[in-house]
Amino acid sequence: MKIHEYQAKALFREAGIPAPDGIVARTPEEAVAAVEQLDLPVVIKAQVHVGGRGKAGGVKLCFKPEEVEPTAKAILGLTIKDLPVKQVLVTPAAEIATEVYLSILIDRGSRTATFIGCADGGVEIEVTAAESPEKILRCDVPVTELRNVSRDRLKPFAEGLFSDADQVEQAIDMMVKLARVFVEKDCSLCEINPLIVDDKGTVIALDAKVLLDENALFRHPELEELRDMDAEDQDELDASAKGLSFIRLDGSIGCMVNGAGLAMATMDTIKHFGGDPANFLDVGGSSNPEKVVAAFQLILKDPKVKVILINIFGGITRCDDIARGILASLEQFEVPVPIVIRLKGTNEEEGRALLKDTDLITVQGLDEGATKAAGIGGDA
Amino acid sequence: MSILINKDTKVLVQGMTGRDGSFHSQQMIDYGTQIVGGVTPGKGGQELMGKPIFNSVQEGVEATGATVSVMYVPAKFAKEAMLDAAKSEIELLVTITEGIPTLDVLEAYEALQKRNIRLIGPNCPGLITPGECKIGIMPANIHKPGKVGVISRSGTLTYEIVQDLTDAGFGETTCIGVGGDPIIGSKFIDLLPLFEADEDTKAVVLVGEIGGQDEVQAAEWIKANMTKPVVAFIAGQTAPPGRRMGHAGAIVGGEDDTAASKKKALEGMGIPVAELISQVTKLISV
Repeated sequence: MKIHEYQAKALFREAGIPAPDGIVARTPEEAVAAVEQLDLPVVIKAQVHVGGRGKAGGVKLCFKPEEVEPTAKAILGLTIKDLPVKQVLVTPAAEIATEVYLSILIDRGSRTATFIGCADGGVEIEVTAAESPEKILRCDVPVTELRNVSRDRLKPFAEGLFSDADQVEQAIDMMVKLARVFVEKDCSLCEINPLIVDDKGTVIALDAKVLLDENALFRHPELEELRDMDAEDQDELDASAKGLSFIRLDGSIGCMVNGAGLAMATMDTIKHFGGDPANFLDVGGSSNPEKVVAAFQLILKDPKVKVILINIFGGITRCDDIARGILASLEQFEVPVPIVIRLKGTNEEEGRALLKDTDLITVQGLDEGATKAAGIGGDA
Repeated sequence: MSILINKDTKVLVQGMTGRDGSFHSQQMIDYGTQIVGGVTPGKGGQELMGKPIFNSVQEGVEATGATVSVMYVPAKFAKEAMLDAAKSEIELLVTITEGIPTLDVLEAYEALQKRNIRLIGPNCPGLITPGECKIGIMPANIHKPGKVGVISRSGTLTYEIVQDLTDAGFGETTCIGVGGDPIIGSKFIDLLPLFEADEDTKAVVLVGEIGGQDEVQAAEWIKANMTKPVVAFIAGQTAPPGRRMGHAGAIVGGEDDTAASKKKALEGMGIPVAELISQVTKLISV
């Protein structure tokens, strides 16, 4: 789960990490009011769940009071990578002497928690990693040590980022605290870019990005409250509440599949035969007919859908249960588009028998199903 | 021959007394898997399906000589169960459970590593040596003893490919679902050497998907070490970046973990990658 910069900074400050406070504004007027409580200059920063805000014009400095209203208005009118900016963070500007990159994340490759650092901060770390991989420093931390990382472990890493002995000590302090936030809040990423040294020699987290592990939210109800409902797709949340995994896409062919890998492969197959999937939908491992009904409702909400392709490979999922779900859906509401169905595996005969009096287009294989669906979905 | 498990493998089931655990225990017993007992803390001394229940994995190991434990414990309690397995003398832990917090998996993985216990999963369908031993949740009837090894990050997608292998007459030596999470105990490169060493395995099918670097690592390992033919399929060519496609591990982060870049890396190492599921078996010639 993504949270906003201002929320991440609050988590950092709670842990004792120096991160400038600020005020969140949802309108230009609120931004003006915020500046009355802060010292100029201020920075106005778009609060959206994407990177590259600066490049997109979502981070601006204001030196004079009269600049605040138009600047806030401009940023609140932006859409950055498809996400409208609904709130801004107004925060005092810092005097930057040095900028570095620091994060702690879970590294899939080494299967451990890892600090990543780079003495060139403030730029996109992916770009640096691709162009000058030698500049990227790392420090693996055993997960059992995260609550109290040894300073000795961190020292060489911190010395790679800062040359001043006092700044190295400050950075180690910050890393110890950051690792604690990381483990206590079940994060998958805590990133500070840039981590700065200001004109007084103080090490400060000028930005903050935190990703939380969705699987661990059950033990952090207070973090669940940080979810920005404006930034989430309501259909995707509804789907998840019903045990479905759903992502809306741009095409015309609705998909209903059991299993995430097969759902992706089904989308790929549709594309291969010239169609365009309208969604990713995994009905999951169990074969509850109600899930099928919910899946139909989600798919049919999209007016672009011209045909639905159902691809089921029954294992634990039983084809007859899927068929019952389809029959229940057809009884409960009108399905105004053709349905192409491929049922294979556990109880496929029973499933087909249940559907024999319906108008469904039955196919034997996925390639055939995708071809048929692409044929229908492609018609204007 | 096969890898990791065969007809003599003795298996404990952690969470056997739960709903999923008892259902799949019965399925495994019906298949012929030597289920020698279950583990549920606090229920030691009871019996289920004629098998003894133990309070801890080690208790079960001492009483039965089991070398494998398979886990159906709910995600909230999975860490404790995995740490319990890490205190025992088993050789292999198969964690079926989906949705375990990543830091819990990491902690358990570290503990298992220290004891040299191999982990498969979490969030996986398990593994099967057809005709001998099934450990997990995969449908048994699609598998047939044969000569192709399968390693996959997916469940139903693998069943689809296995069905094709069986229909085409290849059959399988062992099929392993390694799991769809970002942190998994056994990756492609951890298992490929076992298939390379197994006499009966004549070819390997690798089923990957978007997210992570496992396929790229595997490609390099195969090029350097593998004498047997490997073919691959990568799901998620059409997946949009930044979105988690069902599996927690299936998310395109940067340019190098897309399906296209994985396909390119594999093909660059001489490993054919099927465009369609139905083409996988056509790429195998043994």
